[in-house]
Amino acid sequence: MAELWQLTIHEAHQSLVQREISSVDLTRACLDRIGQVEDRVKSFVTITEIVALQQAEAADQRIANGDSTALTGIPVQIKDLMSTKGIRTTCASRMLENYVPVYDATAVSKLLDAGAVLLGKGNMDEFGMGSSCENSAFFPTSNPWDLARVPGGSSGGAAASVASGEVAYALGSDTGGSIRQPSSLCGVVGLKPTYGLVSRYGLVAYASSLDQIGPITQDVTDCAQVLNAITGHDPKDSTSLPQQPRDYTQALTGDIKGLRLGVPAEYFVEGMQDGVRDAVQKAIGDLESLGATVVPVSLPTTKYALACYYIIAPSECSANLARYDGVKYGYSYQDTDNMLEAMEQTRQHGFGMEVKRRIMLGTYALSTGYYDAYYLKAQQVRTLIREDFARVFQEVDALVTPTSPVVAFPQGEKINDPVQMYLIDVCTLPINIAGLPAISVPCGFSQGLPVGMQLIGPHLSEEALLRVAHAYEQSTEWHKARPEL
Amino acid sequence: MSLDRAEVEHLASLVRIGLSNDEIETLRDQLSQILEQFDVLRELDTSSVIPTGHAGNLQTVMRDDLPGECLTAEEVVSNAPRTEGDLIRVKAVLEE
Repeated sequence: MAELWQLTIHEAHQSLVQREISSVDLTRACLDRIGQVEDRVKSFVTITEIVALQQAEAADQRIANGDSTALTGIPVQIKDLMSTKGIRTTCASRMLENYVPVYDATAVSKLLDAGAVLLGKGNMDEFGMGSSCENSAFFPTSNPWDLARVPGGSSGGAAASVASGEVAYALGSDTGGSIRQPSSLCGVVGLKPTYGLVSRYGLVAYASSLDQIGPITQDVTDCAQVLNAITGHDPKDSTSLPQQPRDYTQALTGDIKGLRLGVPAEYFVEGMQDGVRDAVQKAIGDLESLGATVVPVSLPTTKYALACYYIIAPSECSANLARYDGVKYGYSYQDTDNMLEAMEQTRQHGFGMEVKRRIMLGTYALSTGYYDAYYLKAQQVRTLIREDFARVFQEVDALVTPTSPVVAFPQGEKINDPVQMYLIDVCTLPINIAGLPAISVPCGFSQGLPVGMQLIGPHLSEEALLRVAHAYEQSTEWHKARPEL
Repeated sequence: MSLDRAEVEHLASLVRIGLSNDEIETLRDQLSQILEQFDVLRELDTSSVIPTGHAGNLQTVMRDDLPGECLTAEEVVSNAPRTEGDLIRVKAVLEE
């Protein structure tokens, strides 16, 4: 019998409804696990033990009344970029160190309505800006597979908490790879849904045309279960798609015969580690053995995606983060009577270096004289990237690529070189530019560290992606591997 | 594309971020390097390409203007650094 903290959502659900365990047992087991490993992993900004135990008791009551959902009574960590009513939401920034939201994000309230048990808020790169979790203003999170290495980012706390068994699953958010890349580096499953499928209401904004909330889970079945709970149209988010909720577990048939999968040569980039390339190539062979047809495709605009992203995302960030002025909420420098000086000092001390860098970069790209050469140009290139994907999706049902060109790298290796850090997201950020769904699933190891395979589909193809990911996962043992801590 | 010190200081004043001398130099270096990476976009002829502002396919979304539940004034100001009653206190905007 596995330890309680090792259970997936679907395993825990079975045991809960059959009354073999209680939610309070499960929650205490996860809290004990946090007690054992958290001083080394450091995936939580805030641990909500009291709230969690109250929710667990309520969940047990709900289960006793026969009123449970697939998520009732099961512990979750929420990335600290999502508003939680009455629970501090920091975005891993000094700016919001003491900010307590007065409402829940829609995705959070949907989980709470489903009976989830909130164990706490996940560490991350400040405001979602980074690929290593080292840009947290508080402390870096460690990769559970090798504590001297990064868990990836920006949802590094979320991925590390799931990989280390501190929670059954987590919610992350993804602007350029922030769910998929840490999931890949930590050996768990991460889905970035189609833009607009999950409401962004209450998700603290970084780059509004790219941001999307999604699940980080131990396996693909859990991923479908969490997606079931968090999707649906939300009148509070004007970019929310008018989709009816559906049961994504229906897509997990195990049958991928006849599906056409494209392999874009451009994603096997220069500088990619051989171990990553080998693991993904092997996985592509496995998908073929399962009955899929694999064809080479070309996405020639891929080489422009990095520049396009690092113009659009900072431009939107510079507008979104203008709200942190020390007046309405958040950190406020008080030691002056001069309003402008107070704002400058508030933003100097409240923001970390990466956030300042992106605000400055975005403002430059939007400023008179440079707007056409940078921002407008990037928006035009965005059109070309979208058209490129649309063209290949006339030939294939999904694309298969590496999630990250490298496995988890040592802490400190890239933090002082922003250009090197930005290159880490080269395989994930084109997907946000085009608003597509993509999932990362574990597909092997290199240097003893997890490798992730990314499956990309056209808009609203989550069912096809989950079907392929699930069929692959069930034919391997990778998703069962867990780090020793 | 290389930025000079004055350009960095001008940008900092536009975005209301105070910077130390060291930070100005670091950002000048790093922003210049990042801007160099953007030169690759010049390879593409985009003169007849319509820009994309958004990844979704939605057009402007409208709804009826109906009153609904909203936050109380007390909730709205609950995180403000300085308040008076249910008002936010700010520093003088206009000089005497």
